[in-house]
This record gives sequence, C-alpha cells and structure tokens, in this order.
Amino acid sequence: MQRYSAFRLALEALRGHGGWQPAWRDAAPKDRYKVVIVGAGGHGLATAYHLARDHGITDVAVLDKGPLGLGNVGRNTTIIRSNYFTAPNIRFYDHSLKLWENLERELNFNVMVSQRGSLNLAHSDGQRDLFARRANAMRLEGVAIEMLDKDAVKALCPLIDVDNGRYPVVGGFLQRRAGTVRHDAVAWGYARAASARGVDIVQHCEVTAIPREGARAMGVETTRGFIGADKVVLAVAGHSSRLAAMAGFRLPIETHVLQAFVTEAVKPLLDIVVTYGAGHFYVSQSDKGGLVFGGGTDGYNSYAQRGTLPMAEEVHAAGITLMPALSRLRTLRQWGGVMDMSMDGNPIISTTPVENLAVSTGWCYGGFKAIPAGGTCLAHLVATGAPHPLAAHFGLNRFETGAVIDERGVGPHPYLH
Amino acid sequence: MLRITCPHCGPRDEIEFRYRGDASLSRPGPEDDAKAFQRYAYERENPAGMHLEWWLHVGGCRRALKLQRDTASHVIGGAGEP
Repeated sequence: MQRYSAFRLALEALRGHGGWQPAWRDAAPKDRYKVVIVGAGGHGLATAYHLARDHGITDVAVLDKGPLGLGNVGRNTTIIRSNYFTAPNIRFYDHSLKLWENLERELNFNVMVSQRGSLNLAHSDGQRDLFARRANAMRLEGVAIEMLDKDAVKALCPLIDVDNGRYPVVGGFLQRRAGTVRHDAVAWGYARAASARGVDIVQHCEVTAIPREGARAMGVETTRGFIGADKVVLAVAGHSSRLAAMAGFRLPIETHVLQAFVTEAVKPLLDIVVTYGAGHFYVSQSDKGGLVFGGGTDGYNSYAQRGTLPMAEEVHAAGITLMPALSRLRTLRQWGGVMDMSMDGNPIISTTPVENLAVSTGWCYGGFKAIPAGGTCLAHLVATGAPHPLAAHFGLNRFETGAVIDERGVGPHPYLH
Repeated sequence: MLRITCPHCGPRDEIEFRYRGDASLSRPGPEDDAKAFQRYAYERENPAGMHLEWWLHVGGCRRALKLQRDTASHVIGGAGEP
C-alpha cells in the first residue's frame, strides 16, 4: 500500500500527481475463499479489515452487487455518538467511538472525524428526567455527558428557538466527543486498508443463491459464478431478509426506508450536531456548507431507495419549528436508504441456524456510528466462533430466550422504532 | 404519496392511515409451543415484492383494512376488509 503523508503529497505535487496508485485492487473472484463477506459497505469492509488485522485471516473476499460504498454507508447523515441508555449498548457504542478517535492513524486515510459535539434537546420536565437518567447510566459506564439548561442551550446554539410556543426547550444533554465523519471516506479507507492486507474486493458481483449441504452453506452463487467458502458472512443492510431466505431461514427484520436531505451550501452556521426532542429531526452542517438532516422512517415496509413526500414534509416542518432560520434555505437533494429494522430496535451480530453463516443486521438507522466496533466484533465471531464480549447481547437467540434489549421501551414493532 | 382505496370511504391519501404491519401472520393457539410464538412475534418474511399488510384508517372511518402492496415499487394491488 502506498502510504499517504504530507511528504508524499509534496512529492506528487512536484511530479504533477502522476505517481498515485489506485487505493484498492478491484479483484476478480477466485473459486474459493476461507471467508466470503456479502456486502462491501461499512460493516462488511470493516469486518474484512479486522479479520486480516486481528486474526490473520486474509483469504477473504468482500462481494458487492454494485460499486462499493453505494449502500447505506454513503446514504446516512454521518453522525457518531455513544449516548445510549442500556449498559451493554453504552459499552459497545463507546468502544466504537474510541475506535473512531484513532481511525485515521489506523487506516492511514483521512476520514475527517470531527468531534464537534452532539446536543439532544428536551422539551418537557418528563423528557428532561429521562435524559438525566440516560446521562447517569452513561456516567456509570465512565462516558462523559453534560446536562444543559435552557440558557446553556441558547448560548451553545443560538439558532434554536428555545421559546417556541408549542415545544419550548427546557434543556438537553451534550456529548462533546460525539460528532460527524465523512461517510464515503470510511468505505474507501477500510477498503484500501483491507485490500493492502490481501483481501479481495469484488464489485459488481451479486449473490443470487446460497446453496446448502445439510446445515452448512457451501458458498455463494453469484452473477460472476459460484464462489466456495468455508464461512459466509452477510452484511447487507436492507436486504438481509432476502439473503437469509436464500440460505433458508427467517430473520426478525423488516425493511423500511429512511430519508435524508441536504440544503444548499452556506457559510458556517451550525457547529454541532443537534437532535430535536419533540419530533424526529437531527441536523449537522457538512464541511462543504450544506445542512445535512434526516428524520424517522416513512413508516411502512419498503425496499425503494427513495422516500415519499409526507415524511419529507414532516421532517422539514420539525426542522423549521426547531430552527426557524432554516426556512430561508432551499433543500438541494433528497435520498433514501433501506434499513434493516429489527424487532427490538437493536442490532444483531450473530451466528444463524446455518452453521457456517454469520450475520450483521438489524442496525435500524444507527449502523454508521457502529462500523469500527461492528467490524471488530463480527470478525471476532467469524474467526473464533464465539461472540465478542462487547457484542454478546446482540445474538439472534435473544428473540427466543426473551432477552431482548429494552433501549427505548417500545414493543416488537419496527414502525415504532 | 400512496393513494389507498378504503373499502368504506373510497380513495384517500396515505396520511389518513396508520401502518400496522404484516397481515399474513396468524396467532398460534394455546396448544402451540414457545417457538411458534417466537415466530409469530418476531420473525417476518419481509418480501421485496407483494406484501399483505394491516392499515388503520385513523383519519377516516377508523376501521382496519388489509392492503396488498408491492414493497419495491409501492404499487397497490388492492384493499379489502379483514
């Protein structure tokens, strides 16, 4: 791998930038691999990287039906944070945040980690109590979080209409280590680092069947021929149910579409991530100047990578209620991504009824922030056969034993998450 | 925007309705084991294609209806009473 550095940049500038090499090899598939990972998104590529780095397994292929990084890793609103409520989730997501903090050095790739802070707003006394409880749960796990009152919110972010007639802001909490990351760069950085360690990244290779021999998967049938595998890993956000059906089992997953939006670029306006508490709306400003924001899912099962207008209207209405100044901006683009919504709103990193097949699924709309830890834990599961201690609570068997994760206190219906 | 033809009220916009999930499931009986209840409560076929689902017409007649809808194209096959 050609290392990136200031010296290399200066050298290439003098040579007219003729010496740059492709960041990763666009490999043709071999007949057989030790591990085949389906889905070259954030989790698939991170898993391949950690298999190679932590476990010395480099006979790995990452397959994607299109070019890498065009799925949800390139469609999210780029937020990283660890302000969860249940202790195992705080530990898992904070481990991920720690990995983000060192990721650029680790991958030798500028993924533009910006720890600008993430502010969640409370609009009633009850909601503030709930935030205090969540903040205390985080402190018990040693994760820093600051409770803010209304004046502190106003001072931190003057854009917020704290005296809104219908949903006044009474306070909020701020995680200063949270922030944003350039999402495409995460896919490119992991792809480059994994490829340098010998992983094959195979693009335009769609899996069409997963043939089985008894309780084991023999490999994957693809549009570029059959690829044998000792172990198969599914990391295909949005389409996990379809791949699981090919292997002959069902998942506790529904696929829903989530929209995101970006406005025209403006001068620096918002220097933190803000999450509204009276509706589903979260916003940050990208380095290019556009405000990137999103809301909830459209509310019904959908495999369409586009959204419908009622939710677009609701998200914009919530945004303008929170920050009236946003009404002066024009929305430039809108897009949708398809999410694996699990029945308890929490992810699944698990073995399956097929002996040599593991899944990473059910990330709902929180998969991006979990990429480094998700990759670490899934690689550990695939290499050792045992769940990583940080992700032991993400097993598929929790829906059978009743140990579902009660992060937010809602029932087994994805339309509620 | 989906246009859903309510069997009682006629064609209406989706904002009048609330989605209530997969309508192809049937609740196991008292003689069935825990595994059957696990499948019923959690496991879904989740097809990329025609899907039978519950919708409530909360902004209209307030009655439940079953809808056949394609989850990839959003084309509605038909709506009827349960």
